[in-house]
Amino acid sequence: MNALAARRRHPAAIAILIMLGLILTGALYAAVAPRPADAGTASADTVEMGRGLFLANCASCHGTNAEGLKLGDGDRVAGPTLVGVGKAAVDFQMGTGRMPMTVPGVQAPRMDEIKFTEKEISAIGDYIASLAPGPNVPSEEAVDPTKGDAARGGSLFRVNCAMCHNSAGAGGALTRGKYAPSLSGVIPRHIYEAMETGPQNMPVFSDRNLSATDKRDIIAFLKTVENQPSPGGMTLGSLGPVAEGLFAWVFALGLLVACAIWLGKKAA
Amino acid sequence: MNEQDSTEFGATAVRLDQGHIEGHGGIPERFANPGLPAHTPRMADLSDAGAKRAERQVVALFTLSILGTVAFLASYFLIGLDRTIFIPGIGEMGASNAALGVSMALTLLGIGFGAVHWAKTLMPDEEVVEMRHPLRSSDEARQAVVTTLTDGGEASQITRRPMIKYTLGGALGLMALPVIVPVVGGLAPWRSPAEELSLTFWDGGESTGGHAPTFKAMRLMRDPQNTPIKAEDVTIGSVFHVMPEGLLPDLETGEGGAKHQLEEKAKAAVLLMRLNPDDIKSQKERDWGYQGIVAYSKICTHVGCPVGLYEQQTHHLLCPCHQSTFDVTDDCKVIFGPAKRALPQLPITVDAEGYLVSKAPFAEPIGPSFWERD
Repeated sequence: MNALAARRRHPAAIAILIMLGLILTGALYAAVAPRPADAGTASADTVEMGRGLFLANCASCHGTNAEGLKLGDGDRVAGPTLVGVGKAAVDFQMGTGRMPMTVPGVQAPRMDEIKFTEKEISAIGDYIASLAPGPNVPSEEAVDPTKGDAARGGSLFRVNCAMCHNSAGAGGALTRGKYAPSLSGVIPRHIYEAMETGPQNMPVFSDRNLSATDKRDIIAFLKTVENQPSPGGMTLGSLGPVAEGLFAWVFALGLLVACAIWLGKKAA
Repeated sequence: MNEQDSTEFGATAVRLDQGHIEGHGGIPERFANPGLPAHTPRMADLSDAGAKRAERQVVALFTLSILGTVAFLASYFLIGLDRTIFIPGIGEMGASNAALGVSMALTLLGIGFGAVHWAKTLMPDEEVVEMRHPLRSSDEARQAVVTTLTDGGEASQITRRPMIKYTLGGALGLMALPVIVPVVGGLAPWRSPAEELSLTFWDGGESTGGHAPTFKAMRLMRDPQNTPIKAEDVTIGSVFHVMPEGLLPDLETGEGGAKHQLEEKAKAAVLLMRLNPDDIKSQKERDWGYQGIVAYSKICTHVGCPVGLYEQQTHHLLCPCHQSTFDVTDDCKVIFGPAKRALPQLPITVDAEGYLVSKAPFAEPIGPSFWERD
């Protein structure tokens, strides 16, 4: 104690004090700071692994530095730039099998076969996120449908989503061969990421538009609709009056015509 | 020359001047009456076994109906409403619905098919020819009708007391007016809905009733959260569904909002998008927007469906009803489909706190055309 007191006027004392203060503040901040909602932590290793995977599988369209590639033909982009799209976009596009795209077309379809493991997708996401900040993969809690309010989610869905995705999430057609896909069977994390990043022609619904709570409510609504039993039997794709009308015209009228023919025939 | 042509395209080539057959008028003077087709007896007419078989079929159908009714009543009482059943080709469905539907179908079809089968196989099978006669009645019958009518008229005293005749005629004639007047009156100029159709909530408040409110700048509110939007919230590629301030009720409590909410919503709905300002081709669109944020009426100019399908890469805005497509980069002009006019733009700016507000109401009536629209 005496030794410390004796050296309190030492020229290095102020520097040491400042260092101590900084370390303490940093440690405190690390302890109480809000954690980013991510599933894994990015390290130099995963970024390097992701870069390797990116160069081998994605760079042919998106460019060796993810800057996007243009074909010689006018303004046609072979692959858009991925700088700033964030890990969430990578997780959505690759996790649903949309990327890597096998053939160029108006729209990348959802695939059953996922060509990469969760770990590889996460590594590529880390690499993309290391280029520029972007939306991260949401936490388990942020997408838990049991924690959302399905009724509130329903009213948000009907205004913001239903015009393209149909009021039951069955999907629908857009212009020139594009379409809004069905939302049935999509895992909550991917629904969240789609809203946050706006894949392909879907508009972006950032947290400034639909807050994280709003998004979870929408997921809760979609999962409620998906798991709803159908006491009347066939839903005919939940497409509404067109499908139902066609069914009635073909089967109900067909049956009536068959009865009418039988009525008019002579008995043998 | 022609022969050369036909050989050139092969011998099978069809030519227009070939294949006609000239007729020689071979129609006979009179056709012989072919008479009625021969009567074919039914199985039940020919043998007792056939009749017995038909009887058994009819009895089986009626019995099926009885069983259907019993099954209906049994399943009504026995099958719980929450029980489900898997039916191939249909999938998982309510067991009660399936059982009630099938048994009711057996009940009704059993009676119907049984009755028809009975009539066709066992009831008398006689063919009857009814000859056609002149339709005119005999002169005596015609005279009798005239006498009855004139006598009746005399007896009712309608000719002796003409006031009855005139007032009855007047009453019957006027009876048409309550039907005609409202139909024609709906088209009268003082009943025209033009003013109401031309106004929206953006004009400064409630527009139903057709009296123009004074304009005030209104914040653009998220639909249905009813929260104001800052300009920086609208990132490029995002789309906001917007209602004017004061129209929507609170999302949680359902309180507040405009008096005629559905009518106001149907006219005031707006879509807010942000584009890269360099992508916008129309100077007016840029001026009426705010740094590339543009607000357009969501009501289609064709028949008034909500135009909400925005593609953020092509900037096409698609109407789900009849596929009218609007180009958001070019002042929402129609590029495909039955709509005739571009979507009206809402001029916007930001207020002192940075929230987006309307700068002026719509410059033209929104939505589909109407009679008095210029």
